[in-house]
Amino acid sequence: MNSEPLMEAKNIILRRGGVTVLDIPELQVRQGRILALIGPNGAGKSTLLLMLAGLLKPRQGDIYFQGKPVETRADLFMLRRNVSVVFQEPLLLNSSVYENVALGLKFRNINSQEIKVRVQKALEYFGISQLEKRSARTLSGGEARRVSLARVFAIQPQIILLDEAFNSLDPPSRETIIDDLKNTLDKTKITAIMALHDREEILRLAQDISVMDSGKIVQSGTTSEIYNHPDSEFVANFVGTETILEGTIKSCIEGNVIISVYGKEIEAIGDCFIGQKVYCCLRPENVMISERMQGKISVRNIMEANVTKIIRQGFFNKLILDCGFPLVAYITVPSSEDLGIAPGMTVTASFKATSVHVIPIKK
Amino acid sequence: MDLIVQGTIKAFELIVTFDPEVLGITWLSLKISGTATLISLFIGVSIGTIVALTNFFGKRFVISLINTGMGLPPVVVGLFVTMLIWRSGPFGFLEILYTPYAMIIAQAVIATPIVMGISLASIQNLPPNLRLQILSLGASRLQMVWILVKEAKLPLLAAVMAGFGGVISEVGASIMVGGNIKGYSRVLTTATVMETGKGNFDIAIALGIILLILAFIINALLTQIQQRQHLR
Repeated sequence: MNSEPLMEAKNIILRRGGVTVLDIPELQVRQGRILALIGPNGAGKSTLLLMLAGLLKPRQGDIYFQGKPVETRADLFMLRRNVSVVFQEPLLLNSSVYENVALGLKFRNINSQEIKVRVQKALEYFGISQLEKRSARTLSGGEARRVSLARVFAIQPQIILLDEAFNSLDPPSRETIIDDLKNTLDKTKITAIMALHDREEILRLAQDISVMDSGKIVQSGTTSEIYNHPDSEFVANFVGTETILEGTIKSCIEGNVIISVYGKEIEAIGDCFIGQKVYCCLRPENVMISERMQGKISVRNIMEANVTKIIRQGFFNKLILDCGFPLVAYITVPSSEDLGIAPGMTVTASFKATSVHVIPIKK
Repeated sequence: MDLIVQGTIKAFELIVTFDPEVLGITWLSLKISGTATLISLFIGVSIGTIVALTNFFGKRFVISLINTGMGLPPVVVGLFVTMLIWRSGPFGFLEILYTPYAMIIAQAVIATPIVMGISLASIQNLPPNLRLQILSLGASRLQMVWILVKEAKLPLLAAVMAGFGGVISEVGASIMVGGNIKGYSRVLTTATVMETGKGNFDIAIALGIILLILAFIINALLTQIQQRQHLR
């Protein structure tokens, strides 16, 4: 990671009607990184994006851009010239695609020759060169979304903010737009902050994550840190840790811990003390399912499990298991069919001690 | 029935032969109402846009006032403008009572709230985030307002039609502040009133038809522009 943050928010407080909508002591955005803001509806993601874009004034606190605080009207204008938002709806003007993509460049009084070059490049990024002369009013939802993205990339701002920009698109359009966006971000190295919902999209696009809840950032870190080491039950839940069990530390020797959960024992890696109450978190993709107990296996946690429910999720089956405690596992549909998995069947569930993430329960 | 038929025939005669008096009256009507509409556009669109884009205490009350103004009775406007520019009134020194200038002022007062109300509604009807999107693309405040007004041009054309339609057909204020002086401040509506009073139905019908044709041409023209924009 680079040392100097490109943008920072410090001690931000925003209240609306007596309710604190945002309370962010610190947020740093580093050059060239892609940060995902995730959290439930109403967590304050969109409000935070508007504030970072200089479109909403905080009641308290400061935004720093390239190390300098945004204080005067001129600073605010400079911020808006360097940070551009893509909203949930495409918000295109009633003119041609070319005119729409050229809009931000015209505001900057760039000469028409350069505008042409930059617009064409931006249209190419999103595979819509053929739409150049079309009226924005005649575009499909996916095309309009591509135009709105091209419009922002044509400006080549320092930071791009995306506010759930893929909502209300059909899955194939969504897929290809995300691909093009990812490629464009890779090529242009533009820093981006995105409010996202979908876990797969987060993994595909983002390098860093800040999890928000009720106007606060509850955890920030790299994608793998947040996914594999959530530091609260809320974050674990939000990033799809399907199994979260309350337990008590039974023994702890050199980082190897044994946790008692519903009278059963789970081995994990962690730094705890005996008697400590903890959450045992396990991602469903880290649970392996087999027909019977295998002889030699390096996995520390092996147990018999009863299949109580099977839920089809795309190419995967989500298995709800009972091993004396509830456990959730994913298995591909073909594997599930090979093993003949059905409700009531007994299978073997296994997972590594390193896959178990332990969160101390705060009193 | 005979009267109507004869009147209509005479009317067409006057129109086809380009009767100089009728032509003069028509031209003056266009000049006065056109100028008044332009003034109302300038004031109405500016204030309407400002009210739509800013938040201030009592905004709803101001919008109610503007909406009420859209239905201002011309005679009431005539009365107030007359009192203001009456010889002993606050603007008496201008000496414009019974002149086309006074008529332009009165008609602009009538048309301005109509244009203002429609502009305000059309700017408010734009998607709420559009303004933020434009600012976020790096627009200055002035550039943002200009783009919004351009985006709302379809309803704004309706505002022009409503404003012009309101003043070209208005008679109360024009008679009161213009005086219907032959060759000087006589317009289509005031002349129609006078000719009807005198029993010259043929001329009155001719003037009425011209008024209708005029209103139709202007509106047809603006509708053309509006619909072409819409289809684009």
